[in-house]
Amino acid sequence: MNIVVCVKYVPDSQSERTFQESDNTVDREATDGLLSELDEYAVEEALKIVEARGGGEVTVLTVGPAAAADAIKKALQMGAHRGVHVQDDAIHGSDAVATSLVLAEAVKKATDGSPELVLTGMASTDGTMGVVPAMMAERLGLPQVTYASELTVGDGTVTIRRDGDTASETVEASLPALVSVTDQINEPRYPSFKGIMAAKKKPVDTWSLADLGLEASQVGLDAAWTTVVTFAQRPPRAQGQIVTDEGEGGAKLAEFLSAQKFL
Amino acid sequence: MYELSKDHEDFRAVVREFATDAVEPHVAQWDRDHHFPTDLVPRMGDLGLFGLVVPEEFGGSLEHAEGGAFTNLCIAIEELGRVDQSIGITLSAGVGLGINPILTYGTDEQKQRFLPDLVAGRALAGFGLTEPDAGSDAGATRTKAVLDDAAGEWVVDGAKAFITNSGTDITSVVTVTARTGTLDDGRPEISAIMIPSGTPGFTVEPAYHKMGWNISDTHGLSFAGCRVPAGNLLGEQGRGFHQFLKTLDDGRIAISALALGLITRMREEAAAYAKTRTAFGRPIGVNQGVAFPVADLAVMEEAARLLTYRAAWLKDEHEAGRRSVEEVKQAAAKAKLYTSEAAVTATRIATQVFGGNGFMEEYPVARFYRDAKILEIGEGTSEVQRMVLAKGLGLPA
Ligand SMILES: Cc1cc2nc3c(=O)[nH]c(=O)nc-3n(C[C@H](O)[C@H](O)[C@H](O)COP(=O)(O)OP(=O)(O)OC[C@H]3O[C@@H](n4cnc5c(N)ncnc54)[C@H](O)[C@@H]3O)c2cc1C
Ligand SMILES: Cc1cc2nc3c(=O)[nH]c(=O)nc-3n(C[C@H](O)[C@H](O)[C@H](O)COP(=O)(O)OP(=O)(O)OC[C@H]3O[C@@H](n4cnc5c(N)ncnc54)[C@H](O)[C@@H]3O)c2cc1C
Repeated sequence: MNIVVCVKYVPDSQSERTFQESDNTVDREATDGLLSELDEYAVEEALKIVEARGGGEVTVLTVGPAAAADAIKKALQMGAHRGVHVQDDAIHGSDAVATSLVLAEAVKKATDGSPELVLTGMASTDGTMGVVPAMMAERLGLPQVTYASELTVGDGTVTIRRDGDTASETVEASLPALVSVTDQINEPRYPSFKGIMAAKKKPVDTWSLADLGLEASQVGLDAAWTTVVTFAQRPPRAQGQIVTDEGEGGAKLAEFLSAQKFL
Repeated sequence: MYELSKDHEDFRAVVREFATDAVEPHVAQWDRDHHFPTDLVPRMGDLGLFGLVVPEEFGGSLEHAEGGAFTNLCIAIEELGRVDQSIGITLSAGVGLGINPILTYGTDEQKQRFLPDLVAGRALAGFGLTEPDAGSDAGATRTKAVLDDAAGEWVVDGAKAFITNSGTDITSVVTVTARTGTLDDGRPEISAIMIPSGTPGFTVEPAYHKMGWNISDTHGLSFAGCRVPAGNLLGEQGRGFHQFLKTLDDGRIAISALALGLITRMREEAAAYAKTRTAFGRPIGVNQGVAFPVADLAVMEEAARLLTYRAAWLKDEHEAGRRSVEEVKQAAAKAKLYTSEAAVTATRIATQVFGGNGFMEEYPVARFYRDAKILEIGEGTSEVQRMVLAKGLGLPA
């Protein structure tokens, strides 16, 4: 079975992140980036499926700037077989709708129009909208099976477990399908030394919008359905509130927590 | 050689991620509990850390290194050592003292039997040279092994002291040096013999109460009529001492890498603290009395880094047949001597910058302070390194 895994290159959440004044987009130059941690679970799951079945290829796909090659590299080091990097200046500022368009076209091209299984993370660690998988599935005409905390590939089907607050659902869909996975599904591996060295020799295709038959006008800031109007620095953390217990400390604590919507 | 290769830095990034995510969160607790984390060893094996200098046929990745395999090992030890010294020495001793002698001197059968598990991190091996009465003067070994011809077995009697990785739940074998006869000139003939864990007559003594390296496994060993097959001789009979001295050079470069990880961490910790801690209404780092020693840490780190990686490079070049063993020996002794002494100084500076907090176990500098001292002692004391260097300069012995 051949699997395409969509991985996003995101600013490191450990570093200071800012927007740029010029067009209200994330300043990606200013911070180090990496493979979104949540997408490592999708890569790991794809590798496990291919390893268990004793065959098939894992292709990692990213849409992003030149530096996004690092996200592909990490996935190849973990063991994925080849990479596809869609890179085009016109994509800058794309929203989820446009991103899903580019991804869907790239999946088609990478699989000669017939994907078997597409895996994604549950949400990116920067945008965190969690909508790209559903949009992609719609564009590809595939069943969308989201938030999988367990995934079994059967004969022509996929079965997942989706954990909710009150119940767990078991969902089955026919293949081909698109599945988004959560951080509960597995424990992503670290690349081994052999994996790091092998990754250098693995093929990575770089495609432009034209390679996918897309026009610049279909993507980018101008085509976005959503616009970032303004942004502001998060206010510095305010001084904590000290509750002195004079007999009614418990009640005051509960009051505070419910005011903060923790209860 | 002013920069490591892109491959080396790619590898460093992965080890750093592993050290930060899988090791760092636990080390304070493990140190408090004097706990050896057996489960971490196979995870280090999965990363390939034990197989960096081992050929593929035994599970290693030597052929994939494209040169610079020993440098990779030093990078791994440095990065683990930056997070915790005990974890760094577990790797360093696991490869340098456990795997290396078997790889270098073992027969094919011995290698097939022990190496795959050691490389995968399913097992650990130790090397016992030091004895209660023979340390720097390792030739004074008293442990003896007598060949029982009829049984085809060595009978080993004696004791070893301070042996790393010798008593973990997964230790598979300890190689020990022992007297196997007397040379023509009256000096003892010393050979190396592999004693599998659990062999009757081989006792692992209770763990030592150490000042540092609390997470690392260290035991005294005793042998009383301990019988192993004649085939457990490692390398040539009578070459045990010579063989051991050869593997020491690698071990010294590895200790230098371990000390480098410590110095780097002290520089990071001290610089960060000097910027944020305030006294007299200003960050303490505005005072030259604080800033200058922190500046010195940066110099120590740089010097240590250059000495360590130059020695590692010479070792890799030696493996490729381009440099002599004597060059490696001298470079290893210089690197180990400077870097271990600088490490002790670095922890003294860092704890001083931290003030009272530096004496508290909540801050990692305290643990590193306790861990630093052994660097000047293990794998040859500072005095022994100076002896090697003086001899290299042709001074009378
Ligand atoms: C407030 C705000 C500001 C924004 N600013 C910018 C900006 O400055 N610059 C900019 O370029 N975009 C910007 N965007 C768009 C957004 O960050 C993403 O590029 C895009 O909309 C995907 O949405 P997401 O990251 O929330 O994906 P999600 O739907 O959360 O992602 C789910 C999964 O989809 C896959 N996926 C998502 N994106 C990619 C990708 N690019 N490549 C491969 N796989 C992917 C991954 O598997 C991921 O786990 C902004 C969005 C918002 C809401
Ligand atoms: C935690 C730990 C782990 C260890 N792991 C191992 C291991 O795995 N395997 C192993 O075989 N050993 C191991 N050792 C032993 C270590 O290598 C020895 O402790 C070290 O070599 C010093 O030997 P010694 O303790 O007998 O000191 P001694 O040889 O008694 O030395 C005492 C002092 O005298 C000095 N000295 C001795 N001779 C001279 C001289 N000629 N000129 C000047 N000064 C001299 C020494 O430098 C030292 O300062 C370990 C030790 C420790 C503490």
